[in-house]
Amino acid sequence: MSKQVVMPQMGESVAEGTIVRWLKKVGDQVERDEPLFEISTDKVDAEIPSPSAGVLREINVQEGATVPIDTVVAVIDEAGDAAPSPAPAKKPQAAVPAPPSESTASGAAASKPTPAPSSAPASPRSAASRPDRASPRAAQGSLAKPWSAAESRQLRLSPVVRKIAREHHVDVRNIAGSGDAGRVTKSDILAYLEAGSPVTPAARESGGAQGAPLELLPRLPPSLLPSDPSTFERTPMTVMRRKIAEHMVMSKRTSPHVHSAFEIDFGRVDAIRKAKKAEYEKAGGKLTYMSFITKACAEALKAVPVVNSSVDAADVIYKKDINIGIAVALEWGLIVPVVKGADRMSLLEISQAISDLASRARDKKLKPEDVQGGTFTITNPGVFGALFGMPIISQPQVAILGVGAVEKRPVVIDDAVTVALRAYMTIGYDHRVIDGAVADQFMQHVKKKIENWTE
Amino acid sequence: MRPLEVRRLGVVPYKAALEMQRALVDERRADRVPDLLLLLEHPHVITLGAKVEAARSNLLAAPELLASRNVELHESGRGGDITYHGPGQVVGYPIMDLRPDRCDVHKYVRDLEEVMIRSAADFGLSAGRIAGLSGAWVGADKLGAIGVRISRWITSHGFAYNVTTDLDFFSLIVPCGIRSGGVTSLSRATSGRVSIDEAADSLVRHFADVFGREVVEPARRSA
Repeated sequence: MSKQVVMPQMGESVAEGTIVRWLKKVGDQVERDEPLFEISTDKVDAEIPSPSAGVLREINVQEGATVPIDTVVAVIDEAGDAAPSPAPAKKPQAAVPAPPSESTASGAAASKPTPAPSSAPASPRSAASRPDRASPRAAQGSLAKPWSAAESRQLRLSPVVRKIAREHHVDVRNIAGSGDAGRVTKSDILAYLEAGSPVTPAARESGGAQGAPLELLPRLPPSLLPSDPSTFERTPMTVMRRKIAEHMVMSKRTSPHVHSAFEIDFGRVDAIRKAKKAEYEKAGGKLTYMSFITKACAEALKAVPVVNSSVDAADVIYKKDINIGIAVALEWGLIVPVVKGADRMSLLEISQAISDLASRARDKKLKPEDVQGGTFTITNPGVFGALFGMPIISQPQVAILGVGAVEKRPVVIDDAVTVALRAYMTIGYDHRVIDGAVADQFMQHVKKKIENWTE
Repeated sequence: MRPLEVRRLGVVPYKAALEMQRALVDERRADRVPDLLLLLEHPHVITLGAKVEAARSNLLAAPELLASRNVELHESGRGGDITYHGPGQVVGYPIMDLRPDRCDVHKYVRDLEEVMIRSAADFGLSAGRIAGLSGAWVGADKLGAIGVRISRWITSHGFAYNVTTDLDFFSLIVPCGIRSGGVTSLSRATSGRVSIDEAADSLVRHFADVFGREVVEPARRSA
């Protein structure tokens, strides 16, 4: 009989491990509990013992590779095997490693949107000793054997657990116990039976690139989840949601954000817009406030180049192209198509580019290059009624402009209260390279341009 | 409460400490010793974590320079990248069985951080964690580093806590492979004089608290 060796879960929040070293070669004899391989997770190196005695038949994961927990990393032909006819049908390849590619992982997640909650984070202490968990059915079929009264006393099973185990031919030694000292409780065994097919935390969790995402989206400690699983529903994020989530955490972690707000008068721009709207529409451009703002930003970025930069270690990368991303809200998320070379475009060309990108974004017809290469971003919380926003920078850029609602307000001009069309605009900037005075200088450029528009 | 035997070993060469740990892990597994906390200092040494190749790329100094400054270079078999140990740094090597109730490698690392963070507070210093990185940090500077090995839930290696460490030596490496942020010590961060013994006492106290162990110190009792 063969025994699968899996990447053990070495802790609640541990979702994957790197094989550092195999201590045995294929064909080597191994004893139960003899060190078999070394893994590395985060700052910890651990030596993993063999779950059973026999001959190491396969090594499926090479040194240096990182795989999710519960991935089968090796197979051992157990001692006492009738060697000659290992039925190939029983080859354990069914429960094979989910390669850590995003598509596979998210596919797995999608196919099982509401996993039995109790199959969630396994009790780590028993992880190393439950290598069969990856294929509970197989375990039930082939490994279950009656245990003696003495043994069951040693396992400290309650009578009800013992009864269920007997009825379903389950070897409780394969179950991760959540009770005292790893004791298997009634809910553990019921969850085990219910789980049927393996849904490993890793399959749900390791949505992609190795390492970082798991840190960016840490697992909640169980104590912070409602204890009754019927009171909530667990839904995996879509790939887009997940990417946004990771990027936002990463950005906040990378850039010390500071925000400044300016009030900007749109009276003049509004007059021009009304006058030229029809003319622009004929040319395929929609003359929106956003077109004016984009053009104003392009000029301001030219005047204050550090706002159009990136930070690479202790170097500042000044970009010669001015490519302005414009955040477009979609029903299913958010996407930021980029107006390339905005500083070389006329107001008409910018308005054409924006309406083209926005409509293709809503029709899901953007090409990858349409959303790449941005050097600055504008987002528009005002369309949803926000007075102003405090946006998060899109990395590796160093600044982002938030446009609040453009609306008529009472203002004081020449000691008289009058009505003006105004909006708050906020700049969120990376204080590593942009100081307040510089950000304000940039905003003054934008303000002056919009308030005194000349074509 | 489970006992924790604290052994203060003074200055121990890195290689000797490696061998000692290896032997004690076996002793601990056979239950011939209780949980142990070894406290010691190393002579100047740079050590590489288990992912040796990656760690080597974070060694900035040429072998000749290391030799001229009397710094040894060792592979360690612990987790983590590259680090420096030397006089003025309290190195703690817990040889503990994490079974039955502490079998979680991340929790173990967080607990070691907690010990250093609480100890720093004893000296009026507010240390903390940085998400995604391990260790105890004062602002963007690392006060204490962590590198752990776990063999069938028996721990070895552990933490290194800068007390009066000559921080210049860290310029020989990129500590832990992390390019942002520097290193600091209790003495530097408090602009005061903290002795190695005071720091060690505080570590022992908090270690016992965090891990729920009762301290036994044979050497001290007889003294």
